[in-house]
Amino acid sequence: MVSVMLPLTLKDVSVRRRGKRLLGPVNLTLNPEGLTMIVGPNGSGKTTLLRVMHGVERLSEGSATWAVPEEEARHRQSYVFQTPIMLRRTVADNLRYPLQLTAKPRAEIEELVHHWLKRIGLDARMGLQATRLSGGEKQKLALARALIRKPDVLFLDEPCANLDGASTRDIETILRSALLEKTRIIMTTHDLGQARRLAGDALFMLHGVVHERGPASDFFSAPQTAELQAFFRGDIIA
Amino acid sequence: MNDILEGLVAAFWLVVTFDPDLMQISLRSLQVSLSALVIASAIALPLGTFLAIRRFRYRRLTISLLNALMGLPPVVVGLIVYILLSRSGPFGVLGLLFTPTAMIIAQVIIITPLIASITHQAMRELWAEYHDLLISLNTSGWQRIKTLIWDGRRNLLTASLAGFGRAIGEVGAIMIVGGNIDNATRVLTTAIALETGKGDFALALALGFVLIALAIGINISIHWLSRTEREGRW
Ligand SMILES: Nc1ncnc2c1ncn2[C@@H]1O[C@H](COP(=O)(O)OP(=O)(O)OP(=O)(O)O)[C@@H](O)[C@H]1O
Ligand SMILES: [Mg+2]
Repeated sequence: MVSVMLPLTLKDVSVRRRGKRLLGPVNLTLNPEGLTMIVGPNGSGKTTLLRVMHGVERLSEGSATWAVPEEEARHRQSYVFQTPIMLRRTVADNLRYPLQLTAKPRAEIEELVHHWLKRIGLDARMGLQATRLSGGEKQKLALARALIRKPDVLFLDEPCANLDGASTRDIETILRSALLEKTRIIMTTHDLGQARRLAGDALFMLHGVVHERGPASDFFSAPQTAELQAFFRGDIIA
Repeated sequence: MNDILEGLVAAFWLVVTFDPDLMQISLRSLQVSLSALVIASAIALPLGTFLAIRRFRYRRLTISLLNALMGLPPVVVGLIVYILLSRSGPFGVLGLLFTPTAMIIAQVIIITPLIASITHQAMRELWAEYHDLLISLNTSGWQRIKTLIWDGRRNLLTASLAGFGRAIGEVGAIMIVGGNIDNATRVLTTAIALETGKGDFALALALGFVLIALAIGINISIHWLSRTEREGRW
């Protein structure tokens, strides 16, 4: 491995749009290993926080810095969007695309593409237009496309939303093996079961700030704030 | 009524026997409009794509200008090109008036805004769709443009076909700058106007058949392209 990208440090980060503060102030340091789970109600700023970390959201205040220069960090991370973005190409071409951007030899590209097609169970559909896949298949393809460049850091915005049990398990299996290969994962979910299954540490977002944070063991079994306790009970938080 | 029937029959024969006059005029039409199409596309496709993905100072203004130019009456374009190319005009020394080149220039001016505008619209939609992904993948500016052009190629072809359709059926501007000179600048539309005036319905109708066939062919292609687009084939 080259130099270690993490920790990622967010310092006094705020995001404002049209005079409204969507996020912040957030102060946060992400350690080099494991899976960080972000939970919180709709509109609490989970997606915005993830985009800030990935560097695709303009900051109004503060800074987000990696342990390596920004340009290098940008190349070593991938992001799976909340609604999958499919290129208007075949399934296989969607997988090829990120590899073609780098100067990889053709044989190596094809090998990786076939490996991932198999892994997500879409090898029989490789010639199909990706836009015609089902919602769940698109999510799997987006995940494979994000992992195919072997990123050091992977951001996932609700990768299992709308997926059935079997597909969720498939994706969790892929995420676990990525974790074993030392990929740093930061993801959001509305599925508290999934949060418990995967999280190493967890963040609770509320009204654009990190309301509570801790290692998974404490976070889920002994939440400190009344709001997180209410969130776990399933109460509606104003 | 009889005239017209006789004309229809004669026209049919002119078409099936590949009448030399008819062929010459049709080929010139194709040559002028295809040349205009190639030049206009070379300007309009990159311009429309650029306007869709780059923010710069006079972007809004450029787009409004483009839309305004799209509404220019061809006759007025013809008049302006005529003035510019006429002996006393600024480009008079080139001696281009009443040549196919003058007709190509006029058609380029007429269809470039149309092609650029359709391109801009389609590319803006595609860019909105792809934006986050291409930014996230850390693509260079050049990679972004290549991706958009490749994945939007059907839309670009549709835009070009629409431009060609407009060019081949246009009469006002090329009549003025071409002069409808036999064996030199006579094309399908100007010939139809002339033959109709003379009452030679046979040739006029035969020319009309060819023009209609071309127009229908273009429309079917556009329709087919936009259908494969929606269904995501290709
Ligand atoms: N460009 C923008 N302009 C104005 N408001 C925005 C903009 N982008 C996001 N917002 C608002 O910011 C808030 C936080 O959005 P965000 O997508 O981060 O929430 P989330 O926690 O991911 O929600 P969900 O669980 O529904 O995905 C929302 O209220 C949203 O409407
Ligand atoms: Mg979200």
